[in-house]
Amino acid sequence: MTDIDTVSLAAQDPDKNQPYLELGLKDDEYERIREILGRRPTDTELAMYSVMWSEHCSYKSSKVHLRQFGEDPPASDAMLVGMGENAGVVDVGDGLAVTFKVESHNHPSYVEPYQGAATGVGGIVRDILTMGARPIAVMDSLRFGDAAAPDTKRLVSGVVAGIGGYGNCLGLPNIGGEVGFDPSYAGNPLVNALCVGVLRHEDLQLAQAKGAGNQVVLLGALTGRDGIGGVSVLASATFDDAVDGGGAAGPSKRPSVQVGDPFTEKILIECCLEIFQAGLVTGIQDLGGAGLSCATSETASHGDGGMRVALDKVPLREASMSPLEVLTSESQERMLAIVEPSNVDAVLALCQKWGVVATVIGEVTEGDRLVVTWHGETVVDAPPGSLADDGPVYQRPVARPDDEMDALNAATGARLARPVTSNQLRDAVLVMTASPELCSRRWVTEQYDRYVLGGTVLAMPHDAGVVRLADDSTRGIALALDGNGRFAKLDPYAGAQLALAEAYRNVACTGARPLAVTDCLNFGSPEDPAVMWQFAEATRGLAAACRELGTPVTGGNVSFYNQTGATAINPTPVIGVLGVMDNVARRLPSGFTAADQAIVLLGATDEELDGSAWSWVTHRHLGGRPPTVRLSSERALAWVIGSAGDGQAITMAHDLSEGGLAIALVEACLIGGIGATVTLDGDPFVALFSESTARAIVATDDAEMLFELAGVNDVPAQLIGTTGGDALSVAGQFEITLSELRDASESTLPSLFG
Amino acid sequence: MATTPRIGVVTFPGSLDDRDAARAVRAAGAEAVPLWHGDAELRGVDAVVLPGGFSYGDYLRAGAIARFSPVVNEIVSAASRGLPVLGICNGFQVLCESGLLPGALIRNAGLHFVCRDQRLRVESVTTRWTSDYDEGAEIVIPVKHGEGRYVADQATVDALEADGRVAVRYLDNPNGATNDIAGIRNESGNVVGLMPHPEHAIDPLTGPSTDGLTMFGSVLGALVSA
Repeated sequence: MTDIDTVSLAAQDPDKNQPYLELGLKDDEYERIREILGRRPTDTELAMYSVMWSEHCSYKSSKVHLRQFGEDPPASDAMLVGMGENAGVVDVGDGLAVTFKVESHNHPSYVEPYQGAATGVGGIVRDILTMGARPIAVMDSLRFGDAAAPDTKRLVSGVVAGIGGYGNCLGLPNIGGEVGFDPSYAGNPLVNALCVGVLRHEDLQLAQAKGAGNQVVLLGALTGRDGIGGVSVLASATFDDAVDGGGAAGPSKRPSVQVGDPFTEKILIECCLEIFQAGLVTGIQDLGGAGLSCATSETASHGDGGMRVALDKVPLREASMSPLEVLTSESQERMLAIVEPSNVDAVLALCQKWGVVATVIGEVTEGDRLVVTWHGETVVDAPPGSLADDGPVYQRPVARPDDEMDALNAATGARLARPVTSNQLRDAVLVMTASPELCSRRWVTEQYDRYVLGGTVLAMPHDAGVVRLADDSTRGIALALDGNGRFAKLDPYAGAQLALAEAYRNVACTGARPLAVTDCLNFGSPEDPAVMWQFAEATRGLAAACRELGTPVTGGNVSFYNQTGATAINPTPVIGVLGVMDNVARRLPSGFTAADQAIVLLGATDEELDGSAWSWVTHRHLGGRPPTVRLSSERALAWVIGSAGDGQAITMAHDLSEGGLAIALVEACLIGGIGATVTLDGDPFVALFSESTARAIVATDDAEMLFELAGVNDVPAQLIGTTGGDALSVAGQFEITLSELRDASESTLPSLFG
Repeated sequence: MATTPRIGVVTFPGSLDDRDAARAVRAAGAEAVPLWHGDAELRGVDAVVLPGGFSYGDYLRAGAIARFSPVVNEIVSAASRGLPVLGICNGFQVLCESGLLPGALIRNAGLHFVCRDQRLRVESVTTRWTSDYDEGAEIVIPVKHGEGRYVADQATVDALEADGRVAVRYLDNPNGATNDIAGIRNESGNVVGLMPHPEHAIDPLTGPSTDGLTMFGSVLGALVSA
């Protein structure tokens, strides 16, 4: 073992030159490690600190901004577990709780689209399992470069196949999400995956190692050389190389991407759920970013003592791995369980039943040290809290880029050529319907299983996914995931609020009551003060909006360094909103369900076209200010739809967002296979394409009751037409048959990516 | 006959739609009996469902490893004595691998996994699992698979067609299957395999129709009257 650096060698050779800069640590960070340990770190310790103190694991740039979600949360009595754990947990009634979280896997998905996206799903599913929950559904939010750009097909095909390949094989229904295209993501796609799980209150598990003498058991896949340094090499750095067609930055970083095996994860899930059910563990943690380094230091730090780990006991895929590699490997499909000695045999027996490899690798100790040995030699002896919780915290410089922002906000689209004649309006509707930004996502969603587990009540293309929580219950949840990078580029504060408002509205449109939030904050480099300004604005806006809507942030993820060279992506806060519904049989679909029903537009329409899909799709214009945020109106709208849905006064609801009323009507017609005839007030162009918020269309047999309900709640309501026929007709303007709309909507993605 | 019929639902490591198959069995009025892949016993069940999923990760080839499991061994011999067996999706692949049904399922022609509400025509009602349908009935049941393209040598396909052993046929073929074949039966009609998932069409709340329930009801009717 002569080539292994040990604690005693570190004492003998205190001034050894160490590659901390190459590992992503700064001079002062290295000095702090030496201070904490009272000596130089061993090579293995240095590697552990470098991954644990990486941006991805330590949140060192975002922490000061994220505090506002926890310190001043909105009033809510639904939160059981808040931020800081693997995922937040929300009470949904009947003794049931729901846990959900969204997480990014952007950089791995660019380097290796299939495996990057697949392991993104795998990682978030394990986060949910770790809480003691059975995962019941997944969703995803995806952003790619311009749809026609040369590298986009490689990324879209790989990412979609990876999400499907992993999620389908795990047996989790994919119930929704979004796909966006914008040149700002060309060298840095976004792959944000969400998972939701259900548990009984008493089944909640926590990631802590308590009770000296308790055994530390590693479950699941063998540890290999994949994903080493993923959190520091990939997730916490920028792709500097100029990138063209095949992704020039790709090949050299490919070993840092993990390789997924969904079958192993599936049996690991079933095995862990049986172990939880039998009450055999006192703590559990998944192995994700930073692998064993993270799982051991976090559970020890959150427990009541220390931990001793015999690293040579870890079952390896490659026998020649060094302790440093074993501790930082991000091999997938592994969990770390803390088990009382008397329960170890029972745990091992259940693992054998499911064919899951399980190995005792250490135990919880008295004291407050994490000690890792390698064939008897001590290679790590450090306070676990210094790794897991006390990483560096930065107050990064924040500066609004005044020149750029002032110019951007001044560049309104007021002078863009607008469609005026009936034919121009008709063409604009068809162009928008067929655009990659707004067209049918069927090519994507058909590659995902939405039926497995038998609880899916609504899935794509409806506004939100709705899942029944148990066979013997009518209770269900609704989930939506939304973001709009164009709005956030124009105004990051408003952009984050608008993303929340849209997800909130989507959930409300199913008839569910919005309850809680998860967020995935995708930004450029935190070392750029302009990016940090976007981040500070977005978090401030989101926290304020959450308070106003009464929906706390339960957890989520920050992804920095999303940029190519010096150019950052459009800031993209992606917001997931969870709602609850007492009776899923009353869920509202997004499509028309019957002919001869009144179509009512709820909410007020102003002329708000800057940042809109129309400006972008037809003119590639982005400038001005995004639409006004109207949170109290969103609340009132949600209340009216929820009450009307519950009283069965409306038969469907569809929110108005990208593409305005025009796209909402097209989608409601195509989803339901039923046409509509509408009459527009005022300027027909503004009526069709404005993206004023807090609006939805609903269909009803009882317009009078709806108007009364809307009036009482101060929600503007306007009768705009009637369902029926096989065309979308705008009185006095144009008519488009459903088959022409369907061809326009559904042929785009297959012809681009077939 | 007052006793409730008992229908076994097999769970392999990697089975996914086993709970759904059990739910469908219960919805049809039978008792769902869990059968474990490693146990060489059928617990006295009156019929067996091999559910969808990725048994043993579908390593090597879909269904190729499951075919050697102790429970499938038992099912093969019980099927030869007339036990009704339904293989859904991965279960169909297992039936083909085990030789209970001819042919094989290969990668979809479009190379993508396909999940959609699929229109089908019931071609044969002389099976234990389709006897309650009207011959030629058009039904809607979800498909969801990446390897569902039915193929067999020409002589086998000709024999299937000549003997009326095509059980269900796609009306708009999602995977390039030979002769639009979605499911087939064995000669005595007790064994049926199909790619579409009848267990996901038992409740209008969670599926596109209730057409799938008839499949589970068919075997029940035969068991109760027996």
